[in-house]
Amino acid sequence: MVFKVLSGNGAQAEAARLARVQVIAAYPITPQTTIVEALAEMVASGELKAQYVKVESEHSALQVCLSASALGARTYSATSSQGLLLMHELLHWASGQRTPMVLGVVNRAVAPPWNIGADHADTMSQRDTGWIQFYPESNQEVLDTVLTAYRLVEDPEIRLPAMVTEDAFYLSHTFEPVDVPDPETVDRFLPPKDARAILRPGVVSRLGSFTGPDHYVGFRHQVAEAMDRVLPKLQEVESEYARRIGRVLGGPLVGYRTEDADAVLLTLGTTSTTARGVVDDLRSSGRKVGMAKLRVFRPFPVEAVRQLARTVGRIGVLDRSFTFGALGPAASEVRSALYGIPSPPSVTSFLSGIGGRDVGPQDLRRVFEALLVSEAPGPRWMDLETSGEVAAHG
Amino acid sequence: MKVVYKSQTKATWCPGCGDYGVMAALEMAFKALKLPPHEIVLVSGIGCSSNLPHFFKTYGFHGLHGRAVPVATGIKLANPSLTVVVAGGDGDGYGIGLGHSLHAMRRNLDLTYVVMDNEIYGLTTGQASPTSTLGAKTKSTPLTGVIEAPVNPLALALSAGATFVARAFSGDPKQMADLLVQGIRHKGFALVDVFSPCVTYNHLNTFDYFRSRVYKLESVGHDPTDPVAAFRRTLEWGERIPTGLFYRAERPTYEDLEPALKDGPLPHQRAGFPPDVDPLKEFY
Repeated sequence: MVFKVLSGNGAQAEAARLARVQVIAAYPITPQTTIVEALAEMVASGELKAQYVKVESEHSALQVCLSASALGARTYSATSSQGLLLMHELLHWASGQRTPMVLGVVNRAVAPPWNIGADHADTMSQRDTGWIQFYPESNQEVLDTVLTAYRLVEDPEIRLPAMVTEDAFYLSHTFEPVDVPDPETVDRFLPPKDARAILRPGVVSRLGSFTGPDHYVGFRHQVAEAMDRVLPKLQEVESEYARRIGRVLGGPLVGYRTEDADAVLLTLGTTSTTARGVVDDLRSSGRKVGMAKLRVFRPFPVEAVRQLARTVGRIGVLDRSFTFGALGPAASEVRSALYGIPSPPSVTSFLSGIGGRDVGPQDLRRVFEALLVSEAPGPRWMDLETSGEVAAHG
Repeated sequence: MKVVYKSQTKATWCPGCGDYGVMAALEMAFKALKLPPHEIVLVSGIGCSSNLPHFFKTYGFHGLHGRAVPVATGIKLANPSLTVVVAGGDGDGYGIGLGHSLHAMRRNLDLTYVVMDNEIYGLTTGQASPTSTLGAKTKSTPLTGVIEAPVNPLALALSAGATFVARAFSGDPKQMADLLVQGIRHKGFALVDVFSPCVTYNHLNTFDYFRSRVYKLESVGHDPTDPVAAFRRTLEWGERIPTGLFYRAERPTYEDLEPALKDGPLPHQRAGFPPDVDPLKEFY
């Protein structure tokens, strides 16, 4: 075990190295590029025995990984924003083909207008593609999540793809000490990929065959069933990770000071750290508030959210993207999850940090204050309620 | 009255970037052609060079990575009377967007495509591009160097059916401006591939590298109407690299052949019901 000073992108690359990935296919895009650059260096230096190919587009990058994975290789790729959107049709393919792969995604705003700041619109708009989605808040959590994700997706009962996201720049380009487990310990947690590839020598089979309505629904249902097994399996995988590596990841929804709280704010990614500090501040001045980090967005942790709602008067959901014509995507999910529970809490949709806007403690204090005085459903575009100067230079 | 083509937006390229030469040559070409800025559309994709439309006071469209040519296609089909210039880099046009480039050439749309070819991905800070030299060590090829054969854009353009195929060098903006004037005047797809060195991330294909190698095709009596001779010239690489006009041919443009445009650009045609509704009235 050794501490390294790593950026979020460095943590992704270290995790891929520790996972001993065998095929890396990538295409550069800001702010992801330094992940695959670091991997190219690791392959060149011999630190990582893998095939590295820089292809001509993100679409090709994902396809190379899907094909390599079908033949039994452990694969890795990373992208951002438009790159992820270009992968869209293959994202569906990945889950439909039951590809156990991990993709690093540095969350970045989508165009137009062009913007490279942190924003979750890229991954949120892929929520229906059958991928597991993790939203870590620190570089340490990025590393730990990538490792657990490999173990999870390669489980024979799961065999689904997962994306591990990072907020652009706030994680991707910000350095902090990261506890990097030693390779032998990781090997015990994450053994070589199960050789049960989709395409096997001696077994003639085809991928992507035409399937009529008689069988198609069955395949879709299998994906749905596998997705239903993810959260229980994640619990097992995280317990094993805690036992071997010594860190507790906390499952899909990690609450903080939610007991007896009048109001709880749900967050994704880096705003979670800030929210925790603001909760402490407000608690010390007698305000009964808490927060909960939504670590996993797909599959959506319905039961955990319902459990939380039983003891809470008001829930706020802080989204870093928007579903046009509805609410913040996480807010919509939370409302849906609470359907039918007795005396449900109010749910307010807050939007903050769009297009890389900084979400500071003062911003979250305003969110909590709004939540404590109102049950209005929102959505509230908090970025637009800041002063003109901040709005101009955001 | 003096026509101003440049916008107030300052170019953000590195000092010494080859793209400044392209910007200067393009301005010279617009001036020489006396084109009104409102009749020009500059279209780009993604990459350092694709920031170019911001620096001109013409219409501009800064589109998706590799998709500048389809954007330009839509513009040209809606209003063929506009001068449409596509600008981008080798990653954009010969990598992620190569398929689009070839199809636009085969259609012979009346577009001028300026590719600022620096043989590297500059905006993402130095990965191998489709035109990177074999063996070149980059951030994406640190061990072996490039092991993929580079794209030969001019040979591809010739075989894809481009009707104007030229190469320029940022170190010679006057020659480039002259080629751009010819390319814009040319009715059909004009490719102007430009050696536009990246001074920050490509330490192999530098200004000196090209300056010591380029020679002008007109100085050796090349006949740009001869496709076989042109093809032979596109294969020249190494100690001597040709610049200038490789090939020019007359062929109807896509717009000429498109029935919907026979009555002129769509904005100039009457919209709505067909003008002659009498037969319909009779029918009912």
